[in-house]
Amino acid sequence: MKRDALRAVAMFVLIALLPLAGDSYWLRLGTTMLMYGVLAISWNFIGGMAGYPSFASAAFFGLGAYAGAVAQKLGAPMGFAWALAGAAALVFAAALGVALLRLRGHYFAIASLVVAEVLRELVNAATDLTGGGMGLNLPIPRLASIEGQAMFFFYAMLALAALAFAAMLAAMHSRLGFGLRCIQQNESAADMLGVNTTLYKVAAFMLSGVFVGVAGAIYASWVHYIEPPDVFDVLYSVKAIVMVLIGGAGSVFGPLFGAALFLSLEELVWRNYLQVHTGVLGLLIVLLVLFLPKGLISLRRRTA
Amino acid sequence: MLVLQVLANGLILGGLYACIAAGFSLVWGVLNIINILHGSFIVLGGYLAFFAYSIAGIHPFASILIAAPLFFALGYALQAGLINRMIAAPVLLTLSLTFGLDLMLANGMLVAFSADFRKIILDPPLGVLSVGPLVVPVDRLTAMILALALTGLLYLLLARSRIGRAIVAVRMDREAAALMGVNVKRIYAVTFGLGSLMAGASGALLAMIFPISPLVGPAYLGKAFVICVLGGLGSVPGAMIGGLALGVVESFGALWLGPEYAVPLSFTLLILVLIVRPSGLLGKRGYE
Repeated sequence: MKRDALRAVAMFVLIALLPLAGDSYWLRLGTTMLMYGVLAISWNFIGGMAGYPSFASAAFFGLGAYAGAVAQKLGAPMGFAWALAGAAALVFAAALGVALLRLRGHYFAIASLVVAEVLRELVNAATDLTGGGMGLNLPIPRLASIEGQAMFFFYAMLALAALAFAAMLAAMHSRLGFGLRCIQQNESAADMLGVNTTLYKVAAFMLSGVFVGVAGAIYASWVHYIEPPDVFDVLYSVKAIVMVLIGGAGSVFGPLFGAALFLSLEELVWRNYLQVHTGVLGLLIVLLVLFLPKGLISLRRRTA
Repeated sequence: MLVLQVLANGLILGGLYACIAAGFSLVWGVLNIINILHGSFIVLGGYLAFFAYSIAGIHPFASILIAAPLFFALGYALQAGLINRMIAAPVLLTLSLTFGLDLMLANGMLVAFSADFRKIILDPPLGVLSVGPLVVPVDRLTAMILALALTGLLYLLLARSRIGRAIVAVRMDREAAALMGVNVKRIYAVTFGLGSLMAGASGALLAMIFPISPLVGPAYLGKAFVICVLGGLGSVPGAMIGGLALGVVESFGALWLGPEYAVPLSFTLLILVLIVRPSGLLGKRGYE
């Protein structure tokens, strides 16, 4: 654990130095990468460790984005709005987890998938509070310059990613992580041996929600404008899964590595083949599933 | 009277929904695979009917006969060539596989057909049928009857034919079926082919009633999920009852709450049913 922690500190310090090297384009890419990293790390709690195929990331992301945006619209300061968004995602994940985590396999996957759709329609319909389909404008933070703002959101996302990573590392080496791995291997057996499976699963689900909720709120403040199809996009759920699959589910550095690699691929495809970028993403997923179902990390083990 | 009219609309819609869900439910029940492609197959079937009518003048009801073999072949090839390789993999991987394929197909259709909404407009129109106070458009009614007939044919195929019995046997116990001499991989391919056939055919019927676009695929996929959960997995009667129930619920939901709540209503229903009865309202335990 100590070695992992040291490596992680070195890595985050290196990422923190990025603004010295690049212009605002790189800063934007870096912020997006860290956001993807938060999504992937968060999914790793429930999907990688507990083995539950959750598609709820988009729901947490959108909920956090709207909670933060509405709080700011009603006059809350930005930092407080972000914390509020995290709290909202945490409470929502707890309630949702108690209800949904009794389902397994496909049923859980689908139930978690439609949550984002329901929230999106509800936000769409609650026009008074959320602006409905017209979206919601956020106040632009009073910071010195455009570059200063970009820098600010980059470091905010970096801090969040570091926090999520620390939480994942701590969870992996605690009773929680042990219990979750037991649940992944054989839930009934774990239950019989005295692991409180419901509690552990709900805890994992809450951890997979809270950081994504804050990331959604930071994203909303960063782009100044959100609308339901943007923040409740099911692709957020799918990307989180793909990134973890690329990196290797349940591993420590897999999610972050997957996020970086995925973003690079996405940016390349997006820049060069705008018309077919979702198709290329699909092809990437198909190839990944067919040839590297355990992630790129399995390559190293295979050769070793 | 309004209630009766809404009920009639709901039942007509529900007949089409049953046809949408029957193939999806069959694939899920037999192969234990969620075919995310199903929604896009429906849209593709719709485009086939649209172009058959606008270019060659083939009536949408007749174009089902073209769609059926084409979609069966497409599904069979996809399962035999690709998905069979991953059939024993965990849920997440098979789900990701069909999701990736769906992204490719949906993107391909977007490039080929653009995002414009298109609808088959029959010339001359079929008109409406008035029964007492009820008014029913003939095209919708015929489409519903054809949809239910197709679903019924699928039921007969599963219940009576040799290959149908083999499919049911594989669903019940794959190993035992294999020991009895059933070629399981081939049955998987046939099942997936049948599922695709139902999707393509129902798409051809839908294109006459609702505008189609590559963007509406996920909406139909969502409906198929809800129906499967309502009716239970892998059973054709279940899909039929679930489809009719969803059609009625959506119609009354639109009447009482407003059309914008139709989708959240059905999905909330889905989550509630899953929580209370994870095997579906009509499902049997042990078939998960």
